[in-house]
Amino acid sequence: MSEGAEERGEGRSRDTTHTTDKPSAAPTGAERRSGRGEAPCEGAEERAADRGGDATHGRPSAASAGGPRRGGHGEALSVDLLYSEVEEQLRGSVRDLLSDRCTADDVLARCDGGGAPYDMDLWRTLAVDLGVAGLSVPEALGGHGASAREVAVVMEELGRRVAPVPFLGSVVLATTALLRGDTGDLRVANLLARLAAGETTGTLVVTLSTPPVAEFPTPVRATPAAEGFAVTGTVGSVADASAADVLVVPAIGDDGEGLYLVDAAADVTVSRLVALDLTRSIATVTFTDAPAHRIAGPGDASTVLRHALTVGAGLLASEQLGIAQWCLDETVHYVGERHQFGRPIGSFQAIKHRLAQLWLGLVSARAAARHAASVLAANDPDTAVAVAVAQSYCATVAVHAAEEAVQLHGGTGMTWEHPAHLYLKRAKSDELALGTPGHHLANLAHLVDIPPPEPDAG
Amino acid sequence: MTDTTAYGGVESSMSATGVTIDAEELRRRSRELLAGYDPATTGRLDFLRARFDAGLAWVQYPVGLGGLDAPRALQAVVDAELDAAGAPDNEPDSILIGLGMAAPTILGFGTDEQRARFLRPLWTGEEVWCQLFSEPGAGSDLAALATRAVRDGSGADGDWLVTGQKVWTSSAHVARWALLVARTDPDVPKHRGLTYFVCDMTAAGVEVRPLRQLTGEAEFNEVFLTDVRIPDRHRLGGVGDGWRVAQGTLMNERVAIGGTAIPREGGLIGIVADTWRRRPKLRTHDTYQRLLRLWVDAEVMRLVGDRLRQQLAAGAPGPEGSAMKLAFARHRQELSGLEVELLGAEGLGYDDWSMHRTQTVDFLGRDAGYRYLRAKGNSIEGGTSEILLNIVAERVLGLPTEPRVDKDVAWKDLPR
Ligand SMILES: Cc1cc2nc3c(=O)[nH]c(=O)nc-3n(C[C@H](O)[C@H](O)[C@H](O)COP(=O)(O)OP(=O)(O)OC[C@H]3O[C@@H](n4cnc5c(N)ncnc54)[C@H](O)[C@@H]3O)c2cc1C
Repeated sequence: MSEGAEERGEGRSRDTTHTTDKPSAAPTGAERRSGRGEAPCEGAEERAADRGGDATHGRPSAASAGGPRRGGHGEALSVDLLYSEVEEQLRGSVRDLLSDRCTADDVLARCDGGGAPYDMDLWRTLAVDLGVAGLSVPEALGGHGASAREVAVVMEELGRRVAPVPFLGSVVLATTALLRGDTGDLRVANLLARLAAGETTGTLVVTLSTPPVAEFPTPVRATPAAEGFAVTGTVGSVADASAADVLVVPAIGDDGEGLYLVDAAADVTVSRLVALDLTRSIATVTFTDAPAHRIAGPGDASTVLRHALTVGAGLLASEQLGIAQWCLDETVHYVGERHQFGRPIGSFQAIKHRLAQLWLGLVSARAAARHAASVLAANDPDTAVAVAVAQSYCATVAVHAAEEAVQLHGGTGMTWEHPAHLYLKRAKSDELALGTPGHHLANLAHLVDIPPPEPDAG
Repeated sequence: MTDTTAYGGVESSMSATGVTIDAEELRRRSRELLAGYDPATTGRLDFLRARFDAGLAWVQYPVGLGGLDAPRALQAVVDAELDAAGAPDNEPDSILIGLGMAAPTILGFGTDEQRARFLRPLWTGEEVWCQLFSEPGAGSDLAALATRAVRDGSGADGDWLVTGQKVWTSSAHVARWALLVARTDPDVPKHRGLTYFVCDMTAAGVEVRPLRQLTGEAEFNEVFLTDVRIPDRHRLGGVGDGWRVAQGTLMNERVAIGGTAIPREGGLIGIVADTWRRRPKLRTHDTYQRLLRLWVDAEVMRLVGDRLRQQLAAGAPGPEGSAMKLAFARHRQELSGLEVELLGAEGLGYDDWSMHRTQTVDFLGRDAGYRYLRAKGNSIEGGTSEILLNIVAERVLGLPTEPRVDKDVAWKDLPR
C-alpha cells in the first residue's frame, strides 16, 4: 500500500556493510574484559550499537559469549547476535590492512602462473602484528583469550577479500583440534604458543569436503616407532597444507583412532592440486613413515576431530557472509554506474528486485552466522544445530550472491580480469567445504527429529 | 557493574517523580495493581482500565497515557507478572490495527486532547480501530487516492465533509474509529494534497459492506463515505501533511512484524513438523527436502527477529523490518502449500466455506486449506512484496529510482 520509496521516512544508507574506522590490533584478554564486562552477568556490559547508529550507544548484552545466559525478562535466553565494540575494532584493523595489502588486483596477480598461492608476508602481518592467529588461544597458552565470535569477524573480513592466507587451516582447524587435545602435553602447549604468536603455521590433514559428522578418516596408518609413532598414508584435497609447518593428522593405529602431530619437513610430500578455488590452496599430503607424536588416542580422537570440523563449519558461515557481502556491495555499486537504455541498469526493477532479495539473504545469513559464532563461543549445547543451520543456509547465500554478481556484471563478469570469479570460485568451493548444505541438512534432520521418509515412500 | 541506570533508558528509566523504573519497580507496581483490583473479583474492563491508569498498559508510553516512559523491553516483566496472576489481557489479536497502527500514529502526530481521548479505550479494546487507506483506484499507489475532504463553510477550523470509497478495510464492521487519508487539495501533486483524519465509523454517511474473501469469510469490507462530517479537531497533523503521517502509520505496521520473540519451532513450522513426526506414511522424498529447508528458513527468520530486537534495544534499529515481512510472507506461503500437499487425501477437504464476518485471523487454529489460502494475503496486505522489494532496493541499497511520470503533475491531471 505504499508508494515508491523516495518519499518514505526511513533513513537512507548506501552502506550495507558494518564498518568501523578505528584501527586496532586483536583484543587482548584484558581489553576483552574491559570491553565486555569483568563479570559476564546481567546487564553488566556496555557495548557498541550494531551499525547505523551512534557508536556510543550502550546496550546490555543479551547473553554474553561464555557467560551465563541472562534471565528475568523480555530478551531472556536469547543469544547475542550483534557485534561488540571490541569486535568492530578488530574488524576495522583487519579491514584496513586488507584494503592496503590485499586488493583485488593483488589477489588476481597471485592467481596467474605457478606462483605461491598465498601471500605469506600478509599472513605474517595478520598473524604476528594484528595477532589474529592467537585469538581463540587462552592467554595462559600464549594467545589472546578471545573466542569464536572474534575469529568469526576475522573470517568475514578475509572472505570479503578472498584473502589468500591459511587462516582456516591454521587458526580454525589445527588450533581448535590442538586446544581440545592434551594441552598439558608440553609439545602441544609449545606448539599452541607458537601458532598463537604466528611463528608457526599448521593445518588439519583431512579432505576439505569432510562433513563434521563423517566417519573417522582411515587413509593414514600409525605404527609405534622408536620415538613415539610413525604415520603412513595419503590424504587428498587438504586445505592450507602447502603453507603449513606442522600437521595435525587423524590416523588409525594398532589401538584405534588417534590424532598425531607431524612436522611437515619430515618424510612428508605435499603436492598442490589445481583447485577450483584460486585463493585457497588444496594439496595431496603423503606420509611415508613420518615421525609422529600422538596428541589424542582412541578415547577422544574422534570427539576432538568432530569438534574441530564443527567449529570449522560454523565459522566458515562467517566467511560465506563476507563473500556474499562483497558480491552485493560490488554489484550494487556497478548497477548504479552502468548505463543501458539511457538509464542506470540499477533503476530497472528486474535488477532491483534481485538485489533486494540478495540483501534479504544477507540479513538472514548474518543472523545465522552470528548465532553460530556466539553459540560456539559459549560452548553451548545448541552448537550442533546452530552450525548445521548456519552452514546449510550461508553456503547457499554465498553461492547465490556470487552467481548474481557475475550475471549482473554482464560480459565483464565473465572475464578473468574482473574479480567476481574469485568469489564465485571461493563460494562454490566453500559450499563443499566441511560438508555440503545437503550433509548439514541431513545432520540437522537427525538432531531435531525430522525423520526421513520410509523405504517405500514416494 | 550492577548499575542498570547506566544504559540511558535501556534497562531502566527515571520516572517523573524521580523513581527509577526498572524490572523490580515494575514487578512491585504490578503486584500493587493486582492487590487493588483482584482479577478474581474485578470485572474485565475495570481491570484493564485500572491497568492503563497505573501506567502498566504499554510501559514505553508516556505517563498518563498508559505508560511510564520506561524501556519497551520491560513490558514483558509486567505481562508475565499479570499473566501469572490470571489477569485478563486486552486480547491484542483482535485489536491489532488499533495497537499496531492507530496508537503510534496518535502518539506521534496527535494533539494532547486526541491522545487523551483515544488511547485509553483503544488499548482496553472498548473501541476498535480500522484503517481507511486503500481505494479501488489506489492500493500500492496509495498517494493517488481520490476520496475528497472539503471544508464545510469558510472557517479555518470548520468541519470537513468526506466523500469517497475505500476498500479492503479489515474490521470496518466492528470499528468505532478509522484512520482515514483523504484528498484536500486536488491541484497539487498527489503526495502534497492529502490530509489525515480520525473518522467516526458510527457517523451518518458511513456505509460498510462485507467483501467475501477467497477463504469464504469476510475479514475486510468496502466502505462508502457520503458527506461524512468530521470535526476539525479530529484531524491528525496539518492540512496537506497526510502523506507524512501515513508514512508513520505504515512504518509502524512493518515494525510490528517480528515484534515478539518466538521459540524454535514456534508457529506453523511446529505444526507441520509435528504432523511429519506423527504420521510417517505421509512422508515423501520431495517433501522431506522441502520441509528441511523450510525448517532452516524458519529458524533463520527467528534469529533475524532476535537480532532486530537486539538492535532496537541497542537504540540502532536496522532496516531488517522490511526483510522480515518479505521473508515471513514467502515462508508462510511455501510452508502452508507444503502442508496441504503433505496431508494427501485430507488436503482435498476444507473446513468451512460459510460466509461470516470475522475480526481476527485464526491462522493456526483452522485447517491446512484455510492456512494455504489465507497466507496468500501475507504478500499483499500492508504493502505488497513487490513494493517492499522496491523500498529495500531504493532505501537500503540506494539504487536509483525508476523514471516517474506522476511526481510533478497535479493530482487532478493524472491519467486514470
Ligand atoms: C487481507 C487483506 C487485508 C487488508 N486490509 C486493509 C485495511 O485494513 N485497510 C486498507 O487500507 N487496506 C487494506 N488492504 C489493502 C492492501 O493494502 C492493498 O491490497 C495493497 O496495498 C495492494 O493494493 P491493490 O490491491 O490495489 O493492488 P495493486 O496496487 O493494484 O497491485 C497489483 C499488483 O501489482 C503490483 N504492483 C503495483 N505497483 C507496482 C510497482 N510499482 N512495481 C511492481 N509491482 C507493482 C503489486 O505488487 C500487485 O502484485 C488489505 C489487503 C488484504 C489482502
